[in-house]
Parts: sequence; C-alpha cells; structure tokens
Amino acid sequence: MLLTERADRLFAGMTIAGYAIGAAEGILYLRGEYAYLRAFLEDVLTTRYRDHLLGAAILGKTGFDFDIRIQMGAGAYVCGEETALISSCEGLRGDPKTRPPFPAQKGYLGLPTVVNNVETLCCVPKILEEGPATFGGHGSPGSSGTKLLSISGDCSRPGIYEVEFGIPLTEVLTLAGADDAIAVQVGGPSGQLIGPKDYARKICFDDLATGGSIMTFGPGRDVLKTAACFMDFFVDESCGYCTPCRVGNVLLKDRLERIRAGRGEPGDLDYLQRLGTTVKTASRCGLGQTSANPILTSLANFRPRYEEMVKAHQDGFNPSFDVRAAVSEAEGIAGHSSVIYPQPIEER
Amino acid sequence: MSDTVALTIDNVQLQGRPGQTILEAADEAGIYIPRLCHLKGLQPFGSCRVCTVLVNGRPQAACTQPISPGMVIESSTEQVREIRKDLIDMLFVEGNHFCMFCERSGNCELQAMAYRFGISAPRYPFLFPSRAVDASHPDIMIDHNRCIRCARCVRASRDLDGKEVFGFVNRGPHKELAVNAAARLVDTTVDVTDQAMNVCPVGALLKKRTAYVVPIGRRKYDHTPIGSEIEGARSQ
Amino acid sequence: MAKPKIATTSLAGCFGCHMSVLDIDERILELIELVEFDKSPIDDIKRLSGRCLLGLVEGGCCNEENVHVLKEFRTHCNVLIALGDCATMGGIPALRNVIPLRECLDEAYRLGPTVYNPTGAIPNDPDLPLLLNKVYPVQEVVKIDCYLPGCPPSADAIWAALTALLNGRPIELPYELIKYD
Repeated sequence: MLLTERADRLFAGMTIAGYAIGAAEGILYLRGEYAYLRAFLEDVLTTRYRDHLLGAAILGKTGFDFDIRIQMGAGAYVCGEETALISSCEGLRGDPKTRPPFPAQKGYLGLPTVVNNVETLCCVPKILEEGPATFGGHGSPGSSGTKLLSISGDCSRPGIYEVEFGIPLTEVLTLAGADDAIAVQVGGPSGQLIGPKDYARKICFDDLATGGSIMTFGPGRDVLKTAACFMDFFVDESCGYCTPCRVGNVLLKDRLERIRAGRGEPGDLDYLQRLGTTVKTASRCGLGQTSANPILTSLANFRPRYEEMVKAHQDGFNPSFDVRAAVSEAEGIAGHSSVIYPQPIEER
Repeated sequence: MSDTVALTIDNVQLQGRPGQTILEAADEAGIYIPRLCHLKGLQPFGSCRVCTVLVNGRPQAACTQPISPGMVIESSTEQVREIRKDLIDMLFVEGNHFCMFCERSGNCELQAMAYRFGISAPRYPFLFPSRAVDASHPDIMIDHNRCIRCARCVRASRDLDGKEVFGFVNRGPHKELAVNAAARLVDTTVDVTDQAMNVCPVGALLKKRTAYVVPIGRRKYDHTPIGSEIEGARSQ
Repeated sequence: MAKPKIATTSLAGCFGCHMSVLDIDERILELIELVEFDKSPIDDIKRLSGRCLLGLVEGGCCNEENVHVLKEFRTHCNVLIALGDCATMGGIPALRNVIPLRECLDEAYRLGPTVYNPTGAIPNDPDLPLLLNKVYPVQEVVKIDCYLPGCPPSADAIWAALTALLNGRPIELPYELIKYD
C-alpha cells in the first residue's frame, strides 16, 4: 500500500537517508510478486528526476547526488533478510551472508550499506516535516509513531489499519471485527501464535512485535493446522545453507503431522520443544532463528490442544508405526490380505 | 591497537590475536571446538553450525565470529554439547550414511564427530532421501547420499584451484551440490589432482580406486578421537 | 534363584551380529553362568517361553513377520537392545528404501539380468510374510532401551554391554567400542 499510495514519500525518505549517511545510490528491492508495480514506480522516479529531487545536485545543492534504481527479486521469503536481500541485489543466490561484517560495514558489493523497511523510510519525511516531538508524541515508550497493520483471516473488516504503537491487541481485534478470535498470529509466520489470555498485550517492540501482519483465527479453526501450514512454509522457504534450518524444520513438520494424525505420544511434545529450541539457537539467520516459532509459541499457548492429540501407551509399541499402511502396497502386489495383520473387519 | 585480545573459553583464559576467529584462537590455545564445514586454509563458511558456542550467552558460530576483548565463551557446557549432538544427528538422518560400506569409514569426520560425542544412534528418524551418484568421471565420483553441504569442495575449487567446479542448486532440504557442467562431473574441468579432491569430510567426493587401502584398526579415527591433534598441542 | 533369561533374534539382518555374539569366545562360558538363553538362533529355541531380562534384536523390519517378532520381544523383554546397524538404521536392506516396492520385486523376480522365471510371477503364497513398503529401523516400531551400533558390533562391545546390564550398571562404551562399521 505504501508503494502504491505513498511512493513519493518512500523515495524522499531514501533520498534523505542517502544524504544523512553520504550514500550516492539507493536500491528499491521489489519482489517478483509486485512486478506489476514496477512501471508505476519507474514513473514516480522519472518525475522525481525531472523535478531535481533525484540525480546530481538535488534541489541545486552541489554535492548532494543520489540515484535510485529498482532491483527485481524472485520472491523468496529469505530475501527479506537483509544480507540475503543484498546477495540477491548482487545477482547471487538469495543466501544470507556471514555476519560480521554487518551491512553497515560491508554490504552491497562490499560497500557500507543500510537496509531499511519501506515503512521505516516513509516515516523519515514525516519526522522532518512535523518534528521529532510530534512523531514521538504518538506511540508508546520505546516504540514511537504509528504502525500499519495488515489484518486478515477470520474477521469481518480485514484490511490495512494505521494504529498507534502500544495499542492493545483487543482493540485491534475490535477494529477488524474479530472479537471471537480463538487465536491470533502476530508478526507473520515467524511471529507468535497467541490465545485470548494474551489479547490485552500491546503491539509494540517490547511486547507483541510485528512487522505488520496480524492473522485472526475464529472458532472452529485448529491451531495445530495453523502451525503445520506455517511449518510447511518454512520448509519451503529455508535456503538450505545451515543444518538446523535445512533439516530441523523438516523434522519438526513431520513430528507435528504425526501428532495431527492422532499417532503422537506425550514425549513428542518434549521432542518438539527440544528440536525447536535447537533450530532457534543454532540457525544462521533470522529465518531459521524464528522458523520454529509456529510450533514453540503454539506449544506454549495452546498446550492443551496438543495434549488432547497425544496418548500414552504402556505396551512399548510406537503408535506412529502403522503396520496396515506399511503392508498395503505388498497386499496389492500379492493379491491377498495380510495373514498376520489382516484388515479390520469394519474396514473391509 | 593492542596485539593481543584476552578472552575466556570454558573458564580458560587465553590471548588471541586481533582478526582471529574464536575457532582460530581456540585452536592455537589447544582448545578443540568441534567443526565439520570449517577447514584450515579455506574461507570460513558457517553452514554446519557444529562449532556453535555461546558468546556472553549468545549463540555464535565459532568459525565465523571474530574475537573481541573480554568475550566469555562456553563451548563444552552441557547445553552446547546437546545442541551439537542434535546437529550431528540431523546430518546423519538427512542423508543416507551407510557407514558399513562407505569408503570413507574410519576417516570420515562426520562419523568421527558422532564417535567423539558417544552417539550410538541418532535421536531423529531417518529420512531416507532419494539421491544420485555421479560416477561419470574416470577418476572421481560424487555420492550425493553422503553430502553434508559443507561447501569445502566449492571453496577449495574456487579459491585454491581457481576453477569453480562445484556449486549449489535448489533450496531448503532440496539444496544439493552441483557441478559446473550441464549435468555430469566428467564434463567439468575437475582433475583428480585438484585440491578440492582432498577436502571432503565425508564420503561424498571420492577418488576412484583408492578405497579400503588402509585396514580397519589403522584408520585415522579408529583409536583417536577427532580433535585430539588440537588438544594434544595443549598438553605439550 | 533362577538365572535371568536372554532372548535373541535376527530380523532383516545377515546373522553377522549373532556371529559377533559368538565371537565373545570363551566368555560365553561366563555368560551362561549368568543367564539362560531363551528363544535364540544360538540354542534354536523357536518361541519365547516367558519373561526375559534382555532381548537382543538384530536387523530392521523388512516384512510383517519381523514386526510380529519384534513386538513379541518388546512385550516379553525388560530391556530391548538394538544390536547392530541394521536394527538401528536399516542397514543394507534399507538400500531399497529409495526404490518403490514394486520395482524391487520386479527386479528380483522378473527383470533382473540373472532371473529365470518363465511364468513371470512374483511369489505370493500366503505363507510368505508380506514385505513392508520400506525397511524400518526397530526404534520406529517399538521402544528401544539401548543401541549397540556396528556392522557388526564388536564382540567386546557386546560383552561390555551385556556385563553392564547384567550387573545393573549403565552401558558406557569407551571410544573404541562405538563404531558404525
């Protein structure tokens, strides 16, 4: 929305940032899904060049030179991670880079680079126009200003809302018409899945941090399915560079699916907790460090839902092993049913 | 700038040199931090994460993290050991590691790492992926079943041999080693004398006709745990 | 007091691990002072006679009969030991895990270069246990109390584990006794 409605403000913010740090070049990284915006954004840039708001000697000020170009990405989630974004801009695989050096030391093509979110850069002109006091007058301590929230899911008024930082989640849910939400995903797939006991918490950096995504889940939704969908997403979006994220997310997903299929055991909850913690602790970039969150936060906030799906067994047999499923292919080839483990009569 | 950097690893005080990584400083001090993707002489890569340590409580890869004054590093605490065991287990179950007939058995760093940690079986289920073997080259073969994506061959070919024979394709669990040709190793410029041929920690990149020449009992890790060479330097 | 019983079996294995049990050599005399063998290929007793202290399982589960025997062992043994790499990770039989079952059978009975089978039939007598879709390491089917890796585990490793268990000590194998080959 900022790109379509406030592109000028974004480019002004980038230009001011360039002036502040002494950069001569800015890059707007536009992921493939937004290719349709490119022509429009190029038009805005052309206009700004014509108006001497970009290019050499901006507004006649000698030495204030700044160019902006648009870099198209292919849409990998990990390319939102700043060093992977830089790799992608450089024409490399969208893999995160080793830190240190941090981008501010050695970023794009080895040059010092700042990477900021579109929303952050859009705040810059506002702060300069209205003064930092006005900006700081909004929001909560430690989280100045306002936040755009993109609210979707089971709610009667989904959409994009601008709220003050520090707003309690309950108010957000009321705004969007989601008062009956049984669960809310705050901060996208890598955020947290929380339940009603946490709805009084506030949207801000120190409490419920979010890049803007709020997804609401109404009565009848299964939080385990929600977590499973997000784990699918992370298995798909992992770049595969480091062991914990490449392997751990697959193992997490498999064990969650086992539980969802009713073949879980109480020990599986500890397994998920331990494995999730290792993935979070040992992963190389922000994607892996947060990819276990769908499971870790749903385990923390919806544990009874997990507990009702797992059963203790005293016989020492693993409920996850399904002998009928394991012999069915051979039954088909042999043309007769298993003698040792025949199909139960009610299923014939 | 001072020419030494004081830090502690597992309550041992040591002096590193500016510009060193934690792993380099530890090696010099005779403290072995387990590692698989890292190899002296190659650019640090930081993919296996087995060298994870806690630096002032924060997890970092020792092979890529530069030292700084006053760092308090935990490397052999129970918490760190358990993370490393998890990572080793993950590397075993994500591939097809049939040690019983692998040419690298006894000299394999992944296997040796599991021995060092006393792992009798991984705690995760085996994934049994379907992976290919490229035996097209007369002197060299790649068994993708055993590759742990450490990029040692990628780095050695690029930085030591000046060739870029190897690279990676695909993402996530499907990320795999690829060669700089339409499909097969035989169509690349790789040569059996390349330095890249001497760096694979597992049995993924192999020289043909060199297998099983050292009998069981005399292989690198039959009697001596991996890392002993570094720890041995300390006791002397 | 009756001696505790020990049972052993080979599922989808090659009996190599059992050979390694025999490789404890004269220590087997000490062993039979401590335990009585129940079902085992060593004494050829075919059925479990009752409660056993120890069960040693060689091999993974490649067919339904393996599953049946493994579950019997789990039911009757206080401590169940996965003996060797096939039990622990499927081993050589698990090489088929990346190939669909139908292709494996076709190769074995119809298409393989050395096959002579004029009818082209794949054996399907009901007395033959059905193969599972893949080879399962034993811990995927039942709970396993301890693992002795190796192909086979060395006689020393087996001896160290058995004497520890029979004396109520935890198994702590020294570096040189944990081997995967």
